[in-house]
Amino acid sequence: MDVVLVNVAGLALIGLIAWYFWMSKPDGTVAGITSDGTQEAFIVVKGGYSPDTIRVKAGTPVRLVFNRQESDPCSERVVLDDFGVSADLPQGSNVPVAFTPTEPGSYEFACQMGMLRGTILVS
Amino acid sequence: MNPSYPLDIPVDWKAYIDDMNAMNTKAKDVKLRDPVCGMKVNSTALRVDTHPELGFCSEHCRSRFLADPERYVAATVADETLPTPPDRAEVIGGIHLSVDGMTCASCVSTVESALKSVPGVIDARVNFAASTATVDTGLELPASVLTDAVSKAGYHAEEIDPEVDTSDVERIESENRYRLLMRKFWFAAIVSLPVIYFSYPEVFPGIPEKGSTALWWIWLAMGVLTLPVLAWSGSQFFTGAAAAFRHRSANMHTLIATGISAAWLYSTVAVLFPGFFPDEMLRDVFYDVTSVVTALVVLGTALELRARARTSEAMKKLIGLQAKTARVVRDGDKIDIPVNEVVLGDVVVVRPGEKVPVDGTVVSGSSAVDESMVTGEPIPVEKTEGATVIGATINRTGSFKFQATRVGKETMLAQIIRMVRDAQGSKAPIQRTVDKVSGYFVPAVMILAVATFMTWYTFGPSPALIYAVITMVTVLVIACPCALGLATPTSLMVGIGKGAENGILIRSGDALETAHRIDAVVVDKTGTVTRGEPSLTDLTAFEGYNEDEILRLAASAERGSEHPLGEAIVQAAAERGLSLSDPDQFSAVPGHGIEARVDGHEVVLGTLKLMADRGVAAGPAEEVLEQLSEQGKTAMVVGVDGALAGIVAVADTIKEDSTEAIARLHRLGLEVVMLTGDNQRTAAAIARSVGIDRVLAEVLPDEKATQIKLLQAEGKTVAMVGDGINDAPALAQADVGLAMGTGTDVAMESGDITLVKGSLTGVATAIELSKATMRNIHQNLVGAFAYNTLGIPIAAGLLYPWFGILLSPLIAGAAMAFSSVTVVTNANRLRRFKPAHREEVS
Repeated sequence: MDVVLVNVAGLALIGLIAWYFWMSKPDGTVAGITSDGTQEAFIVVKGGYSPDTIRVKAGTPVRLVFNRQESDPCSERVVLDDFGVSADLPQGSNVPVAFTPTEPGSYEFACQMGMLRGTILVS
Repeated sequence: MNPSYPLDIPVDWKAYIDDMNAMNTKAKDVKLRDPVCGMKVNSTALRVDTHPELGFCSEHCRSRFLADPERYVAATVADETLPTPPDRAEVIGGIHLSVDGMTCASCVSTVESALKSVPGVIDARVNFAASTATVDTGLELPASVLTDAVSKAGYHAEEIDPEVDTSDVERIESENRYRLLMRKFWFAAIVSLPVIYFSYPEVFPGIPEKGSTALWWIWLAMGVLTLPVLAWSGSQFFTGAAAAFRHRSANMHTLIATGISAAWLYSTVAVLFPGFFPDEMLRDVFYDVTSVVTALVVLGTALELRARARTSEAMKKLIGLQAKTARVVRDGDKIDIPVNEVVLGDVVVVRPGEKVPVDGTVVSGSSAVDESMVTGEPIPVEKTEGATVIGATINRTGSFKFQATRVGKETMLAQIIRMVRDAQGSKAPIQRTVDKVSGYFVPAVMILAVATFMTWYTFGPSPALIYAVITMVTVLVIACPCALGLATPTSLMVGIGKGAENGILIRSGDALETAHRIDAVVVDKTGTVTRGEPSLTDLTAFEGYNEDEILRLAASAERGSEHPLGEAIVQAAAERGLSLSDPDQFSAVPGHGIEARVDGHEVVLGTLKLMADRGVAAGPAEEVLEQLSEQGKTAMVVGVDGALAGIVAVADTIKEDSTEAIARLHRLGLEVVMLTGDNQRTAAAIARSVGIDRVLAEVLPDEKATQIKLLQAEGKTVAMVGDGINDAPALAQADVGLAMGTGTDVAMESGDITLVKGSLTGVATAIELSKATMRNIHQNLVGAFAYNTLGIPIAAGLLYPWFGILLSPLIAGAAMAFSSVTVVTNANRLRRFKPAHREEVS
């Protein structure tokens, strides 16, 4: 009896892990428009990117301002591979990263080792 | 790779670059914005004719712009007309301070409020770990006002230049972190000793037997002792896991935190609520797993941090090259000023042993300058008036004065640093594949761990629950996503940094990776294999004349000529110390030669046809001419007073190290193809003498890219080596474009790889380095994948049914801790990379 229970619970846990990490998609934060027309979002880097999903419009410049608030070296660099830009993130400083998305789609940004990830949704 | 090359840009690259340089000198501070990526670029950036107000950070951005200019223009205009707010609209300045004397977190708020109380300060943020403060100001404040405020609060502060000193800040950060991790390790390690002892009553003597009250008390003590190990030594696992969890992601911290807390929780339940486990055998503790795994993984993290700091050593060295002060002449006085205060046009004095502070042109004096730190060339270079000097190089012998032509962020060193930094932040294509895998890795391991638990619980031997817990914890602990994640970027960091040390600037991970797959190297003849300027190679004198006389007469006659061949002859005469006369009645016969009267003699210099026209009998000259042109040289007959006197031959000479470089390329198994506009015979002669296999001669400049395409159509991965100015389209067409620099005029934007020193040996070194780096990356990846794909099934107990082998979680922890250290250490082996030497070639 307990074997059945353990297995049912195990399967449920597996389903939960798969759903939580892979299937569910957060809505994301819409980047604000600054006075110069740039779409801007502030991202705190601490064990991950907060917010980690940014919604922007194609064809308008985007500026993501990263602020790293941890000493873990994993996050010391952010790479936006699809836009060919990257930046070192010294602790505590605001580091702007600018680019202009041209094609709608979903683009990833990540730390250099691909452990921390975020998404830029371009519409 | 292969960015499509826009055809509607100016073809006259030399003039184009000159124009740009002129513009740069006139207005050094012109800041342009790349309309495609939004980056601020200076006026030396790539441009387009139709929109002179725009600049581009790369060929990639420019071709994107050219594909649809309208789309970007509107956005840029809007962008340019309004000021760019830094972070908040009213913040106009940012000052960075290093703060000494902060001993506790409460000091942070004291320093912050001291800074914020200064009028004009909008915000101040103190970073305790890094001992730094960042101050946003609303007006131009001198840093001294802020440092005074900090001093009054009882601390000491100094201004730091974030551009230069980030490495210092990073070093302090990393040192602090390392020390903290080591303290955490020692605590966990010391706690582990008694915990291990009392965990194995069957191994160690003197332990009360299982089930006794005494052992229960000991177990309880172990549970209490290991709690701070979890809460302090292992705190980063829990905070890291929680932060990742909130972002719906999981990482190494998640696995370790789950593993060690599962072991602790099971043990604690067994101690406090033994009734929960009806079977006596199930009442066991695994506090040793908690403390030992924590100790090992923390130690591994600390060692990895140490090793990773070394991967960026090349970059730190580059930053450290920058001179701190410069001695400039202002109002007739020599004054020492900080290097960032040197302005364009300043005359700078450099004495022996000093660093050249910025880029410039020598105006007086001469010396030998060691440029090895920038070009990778070990032999000091002679500098005389008119020569270009590069900032950060070291003056060896004499004193000289030079005029600053590039300062601040425009200097070659600053550009190199920027390029290396960008390249180190780029990804090699191979990493994109790894990233896809690692995105699924950690949750997959968690699922496997649950599946392992279920399998052991269902089918395992008694006590099944113990086996299930132990194997689940082992699976969680052994998996090492870090090894996978570190494999590519660490090698790339070291490889690209090593390139910079050797004067090879690799633009991106793409370029580095493609370079190792190259089958054919196409080299442009002029300026690449050869010096690109003609010089005198042969001198033949016929009866009645000696060589010096022939040369003197020919050179005197050519004095009036502006033809490069003529200049080569004049130059050769000057080198031999011959005194020349001024020619009278100089006249050029287009396409054939010149005639002039020198010291009363009628001198004719040119082709056989010209000689025939002037009644000079060719005689023995014909045979010599035949031989010379066979060797690819341009020969001219010299006739004096109507009689044959001699022959002078001029040719573009081969650079000394071209033959060696081509031998090295061959040794790498590459086909070397020479591309030139010259005729087949001249080209073949040069190719033969340097050992090139294949020649594409009589190629017009605009056909070079097509020739590359044809080679690519043969299925080859093609590298093109050129000067980056005339060959830009071909460089862009090639899979890897290598631009050769000369002096300070490095066309860094035009190639995937830039060779600071204009020598073909750099090409061989670049390809060797690329191969070495990719080999290193492959070793790392194969190691990391093999470790995980073998380690996880073994940890899950796959070998148990057949061999009875089950991995201890302690061994798993040790393996995990050292697998990522191994990866980084292996990447650091690349630091020992050395280009192949001549001896090895022959």
